[in-house]
Amino acid sequence: MASLFTPCSAVLDLPQALPLDGGQSLEGVRIAYETYGTLNAARDNAILICHATTGDQFVASPHPITGKPGWWDRTVGPGKPIDTERFYVICPNVLGSCMGTTGPGSLASDGQPYGLRFPVITIRDMVRAHVALLEALGVPRLYAVVGGSMGGMQALSLSVNWPDLAERVLVLATTAVMPVQNIAFQEVGRQAIMADPDWQGGAYHASGRAPDAGLAVARMAAHITYLSEETLSQKFGRRLQDREAKSFGFGADFQVESYLRYQGSSFTGRFDANSYLYITRAMSYFDLGEERFGAGHSRRLSEAFAGVKARFCVVSFDTDWLYPTAESRKIAHALNAVGAPVSFMEIAAPFGHDSFLLDVPALDHVMAGFLSR
Amino acid sequence: MNRIVASLRTDLAVIAANVAAGAKVLDIGCGDGTLMAALRDERGCDARGLEIDPHNVAACVGQGLSAIQGDADTDLALYPDASFDYAILSQTLQTTRRPDQVMEELLRIGRRAFVSFPNFAHWRVRMDLLTHGRMPVTRLLPVAWYETPNIHHLTIADFRNFVAERGIRVKGAWYLAGDGLIAPALANWRAEHAVFLLSRD
Repeated sequence: MASLFTPCSAVLDLPQALPLDGGQSLEGVRIAYETYGTLNAARDNAILICHATTGDQFVASPHPITGKPGWWDRTVGPGKPIDTERFYVICPNVLGSCMGTTGPGSLASDGQPYGLRFPVITIRDMVRAHVALLEALGVPRLYAVVGGSMGGMQALSLSVNWPDLAERVLVLATTAVMPVQNIAFQEVGRQAIMADPDWQGGAYHASGRAPDAGLAVARMAAHITYLSEETLSQKFGRRLQDREAKSFGFGADFQVESYLRYQGSSFTGRFDANSYLYITRAMSYFDLGEERFGAGHSRRLSEAFAGVKARFCVVSFDTDWLYPTAESRKIAHALNAVGAPVSFMEIAAPFGHDSFLLDVPALDHVMAGFLSR
Repeated sequence: MNRIVASLRTDLAVIAANVAAGAKVLDIGCGDGTLMAALRDERGCDARGLEIDPHNVAACVGQGLSAIQGDADTDLALYPDASFDYAILSQTLQTTRRPDQVMEELLRIGRRAFVSFPNFAHWRVRMDLLTHGRMPVTRLLPVAWYETPNIHHLTIADFRNFVAERGIRVKGAWYLAGDGLIAPALANWRAEHAVFLLSRD
């Protein structure tokens, strides 16, 4: 079943329906994924990389639509912190996304795109699909699972729900429970999409019109949350865009406005609006304790981690106000409380939440060190 | 002292040599992980660290050690009771805001505790203060009063008094001067620093 975009990745068609946290199950799931390096004879050198909200499987290879280098090209490759000479790296496109894995843009059994008929999914549902992929690839156990932001949520979910699967868990700029401020931001994004008349209740695929304006606004709002005041000040300050004076109008007077407009409009060319709804929904539902004990539980986070078997490394960044250090510290202390081997550090980096994707040598050092033995 | 820990700083070597093999150990103020690595590699210990400096935490992670960036003054409360065989506080007690509370936490978290600290009553410190009337700057206390991290100076006599008052049992004591162990006689004059092994029972 094709998804909205049909990039040239390897694909796996699941032979069985995928059970979902919402109570339904999904037939005919296709998982698009990229691999790098070689699985060794002992099959013990596999690293699963889980991508973030609008990321994709092209972790270290050019993006088929934008042509840009892979989103973690600086981290994954021969001789890099996640060394593909040593490790077999697997990066699947998450369930609900639009880069080849089944999502709301995929065709349902009636030959029409799912649209809002696609079931609401959770982070754990994404991980279920990953686990099915690992089985199909003949990977019995992961050397490590690695992820930043929403990728970190998947990694944590995997460590708790499939405790025998990963020996190491490396999570960056993430949380064990979606903070309410982030739920709020994501609701703004979804409302921007749904307020666009071209959204058409999610059934826009046949009309030839898509809610690009709404999706662009969602992206603009989200993009601000990935940056920091420091980055914005350095990059743009209050400088004007291609003009000497303020226009006393509503054009993109400021450089930062022009930049955000570009970020918004270029995003619509590579991402599906409905996928954005479903994936942000999954994130706002994310609560590791709920995965374990159900909604309304009053257990401590540490209890959710009881029984984990991996070694953990939890990293936050001092300028990240979207997934602040306090969230990572909670994870570290909860793991500590159950005696799990855990390292935690806050790295100084100027780039806000995006720091985990950018040039932060201290992060390279920590990742390479944690994965070295 | 054990051959395998000979490369460690003397107080760390004393600790490493006296930790039971295979024990679960929390090293508070673990620095770059030197002691944890020795305990893991030479004694088969399950060692965890707490360290305030992120560069040091990174150095620990780089050796495959588990260390958490945190502050002994605030973060020890988050560790469960008796979750370690030993809690270790080496050359850190005098830098904490409330050494008394840190000591209580140490003996709550660890069934036993190793504590090492520089002895402010060493004869050279006393002479320095007596003859110059100024805060001493010595080999083990190398930083001037205004920027030293050592905000709660103490002596061996102070420490012995402190643990006695609180009903903490001294299971072992080692005194160091130069780079070696010295006999316990007149330790509060002669020792540059001391290592104590403590327990509640």
